[in-house]
Amino acid sequence: MSERTILDVKDLTTHYFTSKGVVKALDDASFQLKGGQSIGVAGESGCGKSTMAFSLLRMVQPPGRIVSGSIKVDGMEVTGLSEKEARSKLRWQKISMVFQGAMDIMTPVYTVGYQMREPLKYHKGLKGDKAKEICMRYLDMVDLDPELYYRYPHELSGGQKQRIIIATALLLEPDVVILDEPTTALDVVVEARIMNDLKRLKKELDNGMIFITHDLSILAEISDNLAIMYAGWIVEFGPATKIYKEPKHPYTQKLIAAIPRLRKDIDRLEYIPGAPPELTNPPSGCRFHPRCEQAFDKCTEVEPEEHVVEGVRVKCHLYEED
Amino acid sequence: MPRTIVKARNLRKEFEISQTFMQKVRRQPKMKVRAVDGINFDIYEKRAMAFVGESGCGKTTVGKLVMKLLDATSGELYVKGKNITKLSDHRKLKTYRRMAQMIYQDPFSSLDPRFKVFDILEEPLLIHGIGDTIAERRAMIEKALEDVRLTPPDEFIDRYPHMLSGGQRQRVAIARCLILNPDFIVADEPVSMLDVSVRAELLNLMKDLVDSQDLTYLYITHDISTTRFFTDYIGVMYLGIIVEQGPVADVLDNPLHPYTQALLSAVPEPEPDRLDRIKEIPIKGEIPSGTNVPDGCRFHPRCPHSKEICKKKVPVEKEPAEKGHVAACHFAGEIEFKLKVAKLSEDGKVEKVEELTVDELAEE
Repeated sequence: MSERTILDVKDLTTHYFTSKGVVKALDDASFQLKGGQSIGVAGESGCGKSTMAFSLLRMVQPPGRIVSGSIKVDGMEVTGLSEKEARSKLRWQKISMVFQGAMDIMTPVYTVGYQMREPLKYHKGLKGDKAKEICMRYLDMVDLDPELYYRYPHELSGGQKQRIIIATALLLEPDVVILDEPTTALDVVVEARIMNDLKRLKKELDNGMIFITHDLSILAEISDNLAIMYAGWIVEFGPATKIYKEPKHPYTQKLIAAIPRLRKDIDRLEYIPGAPPELTNPPSGCRFHPRCEQAFDKCTEVEPEEHVVEGVRVKCHLYEED
Repeated sequence: MPRTIVKARNLRKEFEISQTFMQKVRRQPKMKVRAVDGINFDIYEKRAMAFVGESGCGKTTVGKLVMKLLDATSGELYVKGKNITKLSDHRKLKTYRRMAQMIYQDPFSSLDPRFKVFDILEEPLLIHGIGDTIAERRAMIEKALEDVRLTPPDEFIDRYPHMLSGGQRQRVAIARCLILNPDFIVADEPVSMLDVSVRAELLNLMKDLVDSQDLTYLYITHDISTTRFFTDYIGVMYLGIIVEQGPVADVLDNPLHPYTQALLSAVPEPEPDRLDRIKEIPIKGEIPSGTNVPDGCRFHPRCPHSKEICKKKVPVEKEPAEKGHVAACHFAGEIEFKLKVAKLSEDGKVEKVEELTVDELAEE
């Protein structure tokens, strides 16, 4: 595991300027990612997980736009790049992404090989046997038969397609791979195998991974660091081992208690009453306070600062030192 | 002993695959998919039974057979003592549907977008001729909404589905079942599309309804970790048969069938100490197609403990009893459940493989 910082995000803010008002989808997100490490991003639907991923790739669709903050990938500032530069320098070369429901994005009329070759052709100008050789090597790396190169998507199972998409994302040796819900549509057995492969690849290739999902059980298998998001904020960030054992933020505590356990008898599952707020007009003070059991007066008025408690960053008034 | 609500004996469902013109001309025999291939189970009053397994194992077909959305090819299915396999009379079916209701997986497509919540919930009442006046029906609808904790009902009754969140929609779907006061509900992946916290809330609600509404559930899911909380019994399905069934804690803590063992070792758990270790999944390949079921034990080509006898003889499953934990395996009870855990080195190579029992793993 190298100690080089490959991704440095500071105060990243992305808003959507809709006719109904400004949707504050991501506010002041900061984190660092080192080679061979992974960050798991968890939170409910609409908490800004995907907006964060799209911001890193400079792919926020209008009316959305990165308002402020900086993203440094391997030392290169990304927020100032033009669309053309982003395409030629950033996407797929520095950061690649496995999209949600990725196995449905393969075109049924082309072979696997044809679709895999495309990034090699456009970014590196590689064609023919050279491209084929690289593709086959990566197919082998994700535990697939290289002969699948000649097949069509309908001949493959869901798990195989998902692996091909992952192999394609790794093809240009990016520093960071973002995986958005890569295993949600798959069976447990296939899911476990893919997770095993990802763990192995992370060490083998020494790149960084950002793993986005709402399933905290899967995140526990792969993340070194965990980012818990709520309503556009990273409310808790730190080593996964610490957060699972002793969640600090009230939201994280509830989220972890809501997971049904396989080997433990539970009488009642914890849940968070209410729904996440509309991000056009988030609650004043702490955005979680209307659903928080431990909220007090200050939470409704003042936005909490980030506090570092035992190596974990928490955005909550409970950890304020007087 | 509690009363049996659903009893299935040797239940079978085959689907014929449609043939091409040339296949018909050549008079080739029709291919059949054996989706459900002779299963036995009992569901007791006010209990929930889960069916789990990979996609394509036939668990949804079982749900549809019980709901009479599909007709069984052979075998018997008794609901409250009556054999429903021969039920074809329209009126009798209607009476049956009042007794048994179904919750579907996707709350975004199971509700009509042009109906208000009121209309959605009124429809079953109109079909079954319940409630004489609109005021009477409205009162029933309000009560159903309260039962699923969509309170105050006035706030939700005039909304369209698009004005509701995923969790609220699924509650409306549950209310639509409850309004007919059924004895029995088939829930096909009711929470798989919802967020963790909403999922927990809904599972709590469905569990509470068992007592408050005297409900019995057949719960179909691929998420095994939810079964321990929500259900009392579990049936693990593989390629059309139940390979193992019994009380949920017994099956999950002490799985007898190698398939159940493999399935359980694959379930992710929220324990973060497993970062540099990979769990080896002790089965090979993927689930074979239902048209081409292997001889002998149908799990033998993927089984890590397969012996000669497995290729030839079909293992017999004992009759399920109330507390019985049974498995369709020649070596049931002889194979200890162990998780194979391999440690990864710094550069991603598998270093050493350890075999651990569940308890040993939990202790670490």
